[in-house]
Amino acid sequence: MKKIILIVVAIILAIVLYEAARHRTAQAGPVSATNHSLAPDFSLTDLNGQPLDLSTYRGKVVLLDFWATWCTPCRAEIPHFVEFQNNYRDHGLQVVGISMDDDLKPVGPFYKEYKMNYPVALGNDKLAQVYGGILGLPVTFLIGRDGHIQAKYVGAVDISTIEQGVKSLLQAK
Amino acid sequence: MTDVLKGCALKRPLVTIALLFLVGLVGAHSFARTATGPSPTQAQSSQAQPAASELTPGSAQLITPEALVRVLQSADAGKPLILNVGPHLIYMQAHIPGAEYMGPASESRGIERLRTRAKSLPRDQFIVLYCGCCPWNHCPNVRPGYSELYAMGFTKVKVLYIADNFGTDWVDKGYPSVKGQ
Repeated sequence: MKKIILIVVAIILAIVLYEAARHRTAQAGPVSATNHSLAPDFSLTDLNGQPLDLSTYRGKVVLLDFWATWCTPCRAEIPHFVEFQNNYRDHGLQVVGISMDDDLKPVGPFYKEYKMNYPVALGNDKLAQVYGGILGLPVTFLIGRDGHIQAKYVGAVDISTIEQGVKSLLQAK
Repeated sequence: MTDVLKGCALKRPLVTIALLFLVGLVGAHSFARTATGPSPTQAQSSQAQPAASELTPGSAQLITPEALVRVLQSADAGKPLILNVGPHLIYMQAHIPGAEYMGPASESRGIERLRTRAKSLPRDQFIVLYCGCCPWNHCPNVRPGYSELYAMGFTKVKVLYIADNFGTDWVDKGYPSVKGQ
């Protein structure tokens, strides 16, 4: 009987180790921004040449949107984020856009065309990594007044879901 | 086997639990490997290439991530040339090992680089194109990239079917990836 137990344990251990090794070799990003962790701070320059530091928005609810001009679902969301910024600014919301375009050239005209009313800066590999890897767009984070990530939405998400998340955080003490 | 299990259940509940756990693990692992996607052989078969507009999920011109992983891990020769036709910032963070960066095929620079890379290749070269920038139906890059190779006469081109994005459908599933340059 002891032999059977040993064999079973050895097989289970082998499978677990195999899966763990397979998973480990696949990880590309060293840091992960998960829900309820402190949102990694960043300092960038926005399209208007102004400093864009996440830390200056502490005390506000931040909707941090990773997007790109070529991303259709992003383009669908942005008018809603413009609306959020208008409707909830006085309640303490700040929308921040991080463009994942490869260069700034298409971003400026897009910013004007969509009448974006919140700061937008060009993202980079390092920023993407500290936010857990931005390996597809759009990705939207909701950050609470205390600077902690409260929600992460990946892909085309119903805008009412994001708005509900914003409202909940604005109402939270 | 039944007698063994019966005996174990009566005498050693822990052994029974361990055996059931093992059976479950092996079953789940086998299911994950076989439930989806065409076989590597299917993936490499030469077929008439349809227009890019026909790149609908499930079509023969697509290859699933599971199937591509099996192709890459198989001992057979005839590994595909993997070309990334997506945004550089995503490629930099993670890409399939060995994948060559072409640039977004929705832009002229991406198409030109793809054309230049493919020009000297034999037309029966097995090529896998992929992007993964955003949900499949919204990807601006895979269709122009496929169309370009189709127009050049390539007969063994597959497009990696990434339903949501490269993070969700490749990296998060534990498939091999490396950071780029």
